[in-house]
Amino acid sequence: MENFTKIKEKIYRGGFTALAFSSLVFLAGIILLLLKESLPLFRHVRFSDFIFGRAWYPTASVPEWGIFPLIMASFWVTLGALFICVPLGVGSALYIHEIASAQQRVFLKPLIEILASIPSVVYGFFGMVVAAPFLQKAFGLPTGLCALTASIILGIMAIPTVCSLAEDALSCVPDSFREASYAVGANRWQTLMRVVLPAAGSGVSTAIILGMSRAIGETMTVLMVAGGAAIVPRSFLQPVRPMTSTIAAEMGEAVMGSLHYNALFSIGLVLFVITLVFNMIAEMVCKRFRLKLGIDR
Amino acid sequence: MHEKMNAKMEAREINFYYGAVRALKNINMSITGNTVTAIIGPSGCGKSTFIRLLNRMHELVAGSRVEGHVYLDGKDILDPTIDAVDVRRSVGMVFQKPNPFPKTIFENISYGLTVNNVRDKDYIEAKVVESLKKAALWDEVKDRLKDNALRLSGGQQQRLCIARCLAVGPEVLLFDEPCASLDPISTGKIEELMLELKKNYTIVIVTHNMQQAARVSDTTGFFLMGELIEFGKTQDIFTAPKNKQTEAYITGRFG
Repeated sequence: MENFTKIKEKIYRGGFTALAFSSLVFLAGIILLLLKESLPLFRHVRFSDFIFGRAWYPTASVPEWGIFPLIMASFWVTLGALFICVPLGVGSALYIHEIASAQQRVFLKPLIEILASIPSVVYGFFGMVVAAPFLQKAFGLPTGLCALTASIILGIMAIPTVCSLAEDALSCVPDSFREASYAVGANRWQTLMRVVLPAAGSGVSTAIILGMSRAIGETMTVLMVAGGAAIVPRSFLQPVRPMTSTIAAEMGEAVMGSLHYNALFSIGLVLFVITLVFNMIAEMVCKRFRLKLGIDR
Repeated sequence: MHEKMNAKMEAREINFYYGAVRALKNINMSITGNTVTAIIGPSGCGKSTFIRLLNRMHELVAGSRVEGHVYLDGKDILDPTIDAVDVRRSVGMVFQKPNPFPKTIFENISYGLTVNNVRDKDYIEAKVVESLKKAALWDEVKDRLKDNALRLSGGQQQRLCIARCLAVGPEVLLFDEPCASLDPISTGKIEELMLELKKNYTIVIVTHNMQQAARVSDTTGFFLMGELIEFGKTQDIFTAPKNKQTEAYITGRFG
């Protein structure tokens, strides 16, 4: 009987170990695939020309492989999204956690989190049908599908990420800090701005970085509303072609194993590195935050 | 009437409710200036609730309601027209767990001044030094005012919190079980400090520690289930309690 228990224990142990390591296998597989499919490009194109080249003409008779316009497009759109999701996301987190009554809190946070469950294609649809025509009229543009539209929609999509994580960071700030602040005669606003927010600062930064990484990786929405012109943007009102939508739009037509095919994988690799760096920064900042508040891991 | 004249703080007919639960029942207590008043009683008897009411910290708890009056120098501080911020500047509070901000030692002390719109840098600096000296912490931290306050030991943190209170210039200091998380040596230092501070301030302390109450206080109040059972000179309470329940509690038969 005792033996049987021991064997069972071993099976559980082995099973869970296998499960835990399987995600590592996927990670390794994806990285290997990205490298395998993207590296052949660099036998023909110099890496610096790929990153800093200003022309993306993959199907021209003399193809050009510069993804600088695509990188800049992703950068602009993400930056624009920040202007929407940071004030709205952090603001709603502050409201929910510090000002809202218990009854309001019960429905507000889940409601904002529902924003995250709307499929991105629906956001794209909303952008095409509502936001784009509105902006076209408002600014007198030739097309409403531009960086600004994409920024707005991406910003809205990132709100739940930012809000939810920022709210978690605020709830990590011990009530004793608030009490201490009130006890020396600070009012609610001072307590919020000078004690609670700084104490939650790195946690809130983590929220913002993860919101950014959500925005930069988003594909369907930008494919639908960003306009798709592969030029280095000069203003938010121009159509742009971020990295993700380039891959999605062109993968169907690229011949497998062609240089175009390899180039699209290379874009994927660049994107992967960017998001990886974002997430690593977020992780580092988050660790510092926990140390600062004296919460041991 | 004579007693009322001497009272620094005075609670009259206090009833306190958390929602429908009546946490304090008809409390009357007058606290003489420049004394230490200890409040003892078993957990959940309302002593923390009572002390928090003395600087309106109870308002931070949603759904709480208070009836009655608390006078500070004859002025009713529970009057809704009086700003809680002003009350808390005159009646400071030190909490059970040391709660310095995750800022530098200097910023911790100056915070109470800057939130009250003090801008004069020299004045702030002088106040920080003065408060740290009064809290018997100056010698230990004078070379590292720019260090994060969370690096201090628990006892030092608690004295820092006392200094933070003193900087704002209060007249009354409330201590809510200030030594509950401290070791005996740090506790000794805090008690010593209280006896020193008594010369310039009026002190009210909630404590679970009978010996502490006996050591530091002049007056003791015994709370039980929301009622003030007995209130009088510490010496009398500990040597000849009038009430059977008080006697049972201080001799350790319950609580």
